Amino acid sequence: MLEPSFLFGQFVGGLSIAMFLFLIASGLALIFGVLRILNFAHGSFYMIGAYLAWQIVHILDAKTGGAFWLAVFGAATAVAILGALIERFLLRPLYGREELYQLLFTYALVLVLADAAKIIWGTQQLSVSRPPSLAGASTIFGAVVPHYNLVIMALGPMVAALVWFILHRTHIGRMVRAAALDREMLGALGADVGRLYTLMFAFGSFLAGLAGALVTPIKTVNPGMDVEIIVEAFIVIVIGGLGSLWGAFFGALIYGQFLSFGILIFPRFSIFSVFALMAIILVIRPWGLFGKPLSR
Amino acid sequence: MTAPLLDVRDIHTAYGRSRALFGVSLAVPKGACVCLLGRNGVGKTTTMRSIMGLTPASSGQIIWKGQDITHRRPFEIARAGIGFVPEDRRIFADLSVLENLEVGGRAAARPGPWSVEAVFDLFPKLRELSGRRGGYLSGGEQQMLTIGRTLMGNPELLLLDEPSEGLAPLVVEALLEQVGRLKSQGLTILLAEQGLHFSLALADHVYVLQKGAVRYSGPSSALRDDPKLRDDLLALAAPVD
Repeated sequence: MLEPSFLFGQFVGGLSIAMFLFLIASGLALIFGVLRILNFAHGSFYMIGAYLAWQIVHILDAKTGGAFWLAVFGAATAVAILGALIERFLLRPLYGREELYQLLFTYALVLVLADAAKIIWGTQQLSVSRPPSLAGASTIFGAVVPHYNLVIMALGPMVAALVWFILHRTHIGRMVRAAALDREMLGALGADVGRLYTLMFAFGSFLAGLAGALVTPIKTVNPGMDVEIIVEAFIVIVIGGLGSLWGAFFGALIYGQFLSFGILIFPRFSIFSVFALMAIILVIRPWGLFGKPLSR
Repeated sequence: MTAPLLDVRDIHTAYGRSRALFGVSLAVPKGACVCLLGRNGVGKTTTMRSIMGLTPASSGQIIWKGQDITHRRPFEIARAGIGFVPEDRRIFADLSVLENLEVGGRAAARPGPWSVEAVFDLFPKLRELSGRRGGYLSGGEQQMLTIGRTLMGNPELLLLDEPSEGLAPLVVEALLEQVGRLKSQGLTILLAEQGLHFSLALADHVYVLQKGAVRYSGPSSALRDDPKLRDDLLALAAPVD
């Protein structure tokens, strides 16, 4: 029979999957919630973040933990800047158009960024080692948990709390929430909504880049990782409710656990179990766990 | 004669292919309350949306304090000192009353006398409701909040689109008194109304719109004193069936 330590191990494994997914899905949810754009290229930003982190570590070639964290924040910031430029110069002209154009554009971006990554970094698998300070592991309830995963598991709720704080307790956050509710009215009150959109897109991209950079010690960096993650992230925000931060958080938790334990029950159909879960949730709550029915 | 604060010159505006304004001209002098009078669909809201840059005029000019703002973007027009209070109020429903006011102040970022406290002094009801979400307010409370939110941006001109629409008579009286207080404080107001009650109580000058054009322009005292003119104009302003 399954031992408690094994189950706990699965639980912890699911939790760290969930935290990565949350970082991705929260950016996707924020961008959708405010800009009303389903950004297929969000997974590509995650992939670019991973490659950039590998590149920075490779250039610095340092064995100290400092180089890793520098690479993580450098990669995330670079992806944020890339996101801002794409929003400002390529996406903005499409806002007046039908949604289909925006979808096609972000899909085109997926293809372009995937090819760009292949040209720059090739198709081989790249890997980054864990920062030396976190190379160890601890045994908790009989399960071996790498210290790095513990940091990731702590980081997820911290990012969630930080984003919540920014949205609800700062001036800029109030403006962002107002923009999500009524863009035209906010503009008529004097806010430069265009700049707010760029900022929001950059922030969402930052989260994607951050997740991509942080995942490098756990998963190898390869050209297919963009599409793989975007499918998962979409499932998470559909479960949680489009555009909802807490939806992304709990959606990711549920997804992680389902994947982790689904593997035990249907070893060959773990991804199927997650799709089944999504289907069931959508039947019961078509707008997701934390979403609201669309008013218009 | 000094130049008016706002000078709208022969604007034509269309929503896509459907044309709404056919050469509207009007002037709003500093410190005055000017009223656009007319039935539903004659172009009152469109005139305001054109001034605000939300539905830009396709021809004609809008001059604000001597500058052409016809093709400026809405946020630039708001920052230049024009505050818009839309007919449908458009409160940020998920934000609290206090947050709605703070967003209004923050968005325009214009210096001036208005603060959350000053808005609460004008509309004491809002002080009690400051933590409540905008979506849970009554129509009258939302109307106060939407005016307060715009005032937070310290506008020099307030565009008030049908403030009394859909409100109970008692609420309308209170609102009339409050807007009257704004006027006596020197705020310039462009008001849009369907009925005479609100407009004659506040306005110095009246423009009657019909089918997207100005059909009458004159001091409101003329309408107040001359019942025949009043009846003629209201008949004119009525929809032709």
